[in-house]
Amino acid sequence: MKKKKLSGGNDALRRPIRKWWWLFLGPVVAAFIIGFVWPFFQGIYLSFCQFRLISDAQFTGVSNYVKAFTDASFRHAFWYTATFALVSLVIINILAFAVAYALTQGIKGSNIFRTVFFMPNLIGGIVLGYIWSMIFDGILSRYGTSILMQTKYGFWGLIILMCWQQIGYMMIIYIAGLQAVPEDMIEAARIDGATKSQTLFKVTIPNVMPSITICTFLSLTNGFKLFDQNLALTAGQPFQIQAGGTAIKTTEMLALNIYNTFYGQSAGSQGVAQAKAVIFFILVAGLGLAQLAYTRKREVQQ
Amino acid sequence: MGAHTLSAEKRRKNILSVVLAIISVIYVLPVLAVVLNSFKLNTFVKTHTFSLPTGEMWAGFSNFITGMTFGSYPFWKSVCYSVVITVLSTGLILLCTSMAAWYIARVDSKICRIIYYLCVFSMVVPFQMVMYTLSKTADSLHLNTPWTIPVVYLGFGAGLAIFMFVGFVKSIPLEIEEAASIDGCSPVRTYFSVVMPMLKPTMISVGILEIMWVWNDYLLPYLVLDINEYRTIPIHIQYLKGSYGTVDLGATMALILLSIIPVIIFYLTCQKHIIKGVAAGAVKG
Repeated sequence: MKKKKLSGGNDALRRPIRKWWWLFLGPVVAAFIIGFVWPFFQGIYLSFCQFRLISDAQFTGVSNYVKAFTDASFRHAFWYTATFALVSLVIINILAFAVAYALTQGIKGSNIFRTVFFMPNLIGGIVLGYIWSMIFDGILSRYGTSILMQTKYGFWGLIILMCWQQIGYMMIIYIAGLQAVPEDMIEAARIDGATKSQTLFKVTIPNVMPSITICTFLSLTNGFKLFDQNLALTAGQPFQIQAGGTAIKTTEMLALNIYNTFYGQSAGSQGVAQAKAVIFFILVAGLGLAQLAYTRKREVQQ
Repeated sequence: MGAHTLSAEKRRKNILSVVLAIISVIYVLPVLAVVLNSFKLNTFVKTHTFSLPTGEMWAGFSNFITGMTFGSYPFWKSVCYSVVITVLSTGLILLCTSMAAWYIARVDSKICRIIYYLCVFSMVVPFQMVMYTLSKTADSLHLNTPWTIPVVYLGFGAGLAIFMFVGFVKSIPLEIEEAASIDGCSPVRTYFSVVMPMLKPTMISVGILEIMWVWNDYLLPYLVLDINEYRTIPIHIQYLKGSYGTVDLGATMALILLSIIPVIIFYLTCQKHIIKGVAAGAVKG
């Protein structure tokens, strides 16, 4: 991107505003330092320390990172999260696109359907988790089991929950994208004798690529950052006892793993937890920046 | 196009309508299950999850009464704190970040750009990265009450709001503000009587995103607030399951129903704004 000014503000306007910096900028900057900047840098520093209280942190170099990478539960959480994020990405986006495509065909009741599909998005993650744990247990108890009994139940349960919550959200973005596809382009394809599916794959989908990119990255980062739903639905159960006597929570995702390392029983692991949090941050921020770079590149090409 | 293909097209659309109607019904079933089970005696929730609460299963409003007085912490207090925190945080974020965004966009100095890019950067940082240090910092600054936690929300949530407001301010023509300043308006008056009214559409979008975030947020208030004194609705619901051996599922469903009714009313009354706001916020990534 070319370096350009945020606005073309002129000096006559700018000078008097500057005198009021403490009023306009002051509160946000103060809160931003308290709520983000200071905790962020302190967090990076503490990831290289061993501590139980921040005041007696001892610098220990990269040992926390070594412990984090050799922690079987963290590695398990990573693969579990990555698998979950990819599977949910594919399912959510295909279904959301299909629904959005159907809703832009000018059928009766489109508005009502849109209202219904979007509704679960407003319900918080904790509440969602308990609603679905009741439903899954209502079904599974007939077979004498529970969502907490098997890893695969927890996995697919969470996928179903996330589909229910996220399809409506992604659908909104896809509808906006589909409505921006030029009508005459589709008309031209039809006149040229293209079938419905040819038009869909050769004209419509290439034109909604920007929406597809946004939704793909959104569902990927949402999957990686998932916490509330994971906590409320299974909280990591069932557990699996390892050879060394330690237990792995088989449906525990990265965010919950970090939380449990911070606040779980084994005291003195806060340093390791903070190191895990930094690794987690690099992962999620990497995905975010990749999205930014990718969308920028596409914008230039167009 | 012949009459034949036209009617085929119409039939195809009708079939699509029916299919979507069926999916819609399936979509509201979970909410319906909450309603059914909140009127069902606890012992039947697990065994008869999907049947109507008739006959011996009917619990009347006893689940609601149990739920409201469950444990040592009354539910209405959580509702009040949720409302206080959501209203104060959203108000504070809207006021402060819109002012800061106007300053950033108009003054456009080096410091402004640093702040702006730090804000954009903060949007990709997951909460787990700062949760430990943030909760300790908030604790030592006594930001652990419902009346002070909005400062924490302003700090951690400033990024998206600043990003959206700056984007909008850039699209406002300068001439109006210039005219105001020539007429002798101070910057403060220019902002409050000229700029702020123009920001209304973005205010609504940002406001809705913040309301949805703060109202449903669990981990931040759980870590920051003094949990014995102050609980929000999500914390309250999590505690129902967390701290008591056997869970009263009927009472839990009653509380969940009580907590999603306001959300659904809010959604149905401001649906247009909500969908627009959410779509605007999606672009941030």
